[in-house]
Amino acid sequence: MVRLITHNLLACHVKGCTTNNFPLVFQDVQVELQEAEFNPDFIRNMLPRLEWTALVNAAKQVGDTSLPLEQPDMMDDELLQKLHHALMEIHIIEGAMVCQNCRHAYPISNGIPNMLLAEHEIG
Amino acid sequence: MIPTPDLSHLTRHDLEQVYDPAEDTFLLLDALEQEAGELRKERPMICLEVGSGSGCVSTFLGTILGPIPSLYLCTDINQHATRCTLSTGKQNKITLDPVTCSLTRPLLSRLHHTVDILLFNPPYVPTDTYEASSAQSNADIAGSWAGGTDGMEVTERLLQDVEVSSFTVFWDTVNDVYQHLLSPRGRFYLVALKQNNVPSIRSRMLEDFGLSSQIIIERRAGRELLFIIRFTRTALS
Ligand SMILES: C[S@@+](CC[C@H](N)C(=O)[O-])C[C@H]1O[C@@H](n2cnc3c(N)ncnc32)[C@H](O)[C@@H]1O
Ligand SMILES: [Zn+2]
Repeated sequence: MVRLITHNLLACHVKGCTTNNFPLVFQDVQVELQEAEFNPDFIRNMLPRLEWTALVNAAKQVGDTSLPLEQPDMMDDELLQKLHHALMEIHIIEGAMVCQNCRHAYPISNGIPNMLLAEHEIG
Repeated sequence: MIPTPDLSHLTRHDLEQVYDPAEDTFLLLDALEQEAGELRKERPMICLEVGSGSGCVSTFLGTILGPIPSLYLCTDINQHATRCTLSTGKQNKITLDPVTCSLTRPLLSRLHHTVDILLFNPPYVPTDTYEASSAQSNADIAGSWAGGTDGMEVTERLLQDVEVSSFTVFWDTVNDVYQHLLSPRGRFYLVALKQNNVPSIRSRMLEDFGLSSQIIIERRAGRELLFIIRFTRTALS
């Protein structure tokens, strides 16, 4: 499933594509919301492993504009709730993720991203 | 006893396209069950299974960790496998996040030092190199077992991604391009066959990457002698 938490951990890996290969940009997405149990500590502990700006932009691309552009120093419960929703509850079911550097498009279908590359594209 | 995942939703057609859990799978489940107490204590945040097939193993891990919130990333080159991984998770109320890809390639650069539990039941059967590489490029069920020379051709490529050699660290610290998966407390469970040369895998992982290892279980299944090896950064008892 492509949730924004997963999207934040995926980079283009086409041979030679090593700069500006993250984050991938969503295109023509179809989104589904699925409720997940809120766990503030998990979100808090996960944040250092994620890229804030990439998350905010990805959320925008899938229609969620609730996150502040700059990562606040203090995480209150309300913000953690918003992060939880963006990271864990938005599922991208169809569409693609496109590399801003080499323009490779990775399709998403039935909720699963296909990141396989052809032989000649592998580094 | 931790219940074995419910796989009743998988059809015969699914299991013609995707690895049907077998002795090797169950040995890995047994190893994880044996480690359950410690795994829970570690409170892992990011789990990553390479070659998740039916999704049976990650689902089982999700059941072991229960209410401990964790991200379960699963990769497989076979797109029928990632489809089954997703549905097996759902069937058992565990949210798995499958990605169709080879090994950990699109995740590697972003996951550096963050994987707390890494699992791999690889295609470990010795075949000729041609059979292994065509199975890899066809990304079909043959990729479940065809392992090439010593059954190690696919595993070998993953081992290189688990840790970076101290030599490479030395040269690369400047530009921070080294790619390694395990977090400081990370554990890596690998299924291996006797013919894969378990002592050699273990000594190379220690010498090249400084990873300690232990054999958690070994078991004979028909003609196969199977092992579960656990790698960690510091020796555990
Ligand atoms: C022995 S099966 C194990 C399946 C499942 N984890 C289990 O234990 O039942 C090996 C799995 O690895 C997958 N695989 C083979 N080569 C791979 C690669 N390069 N990257 C990711 N997965 C791969 C196969 O498609 C297959 O699903
Ligand atoms: Zn690219």
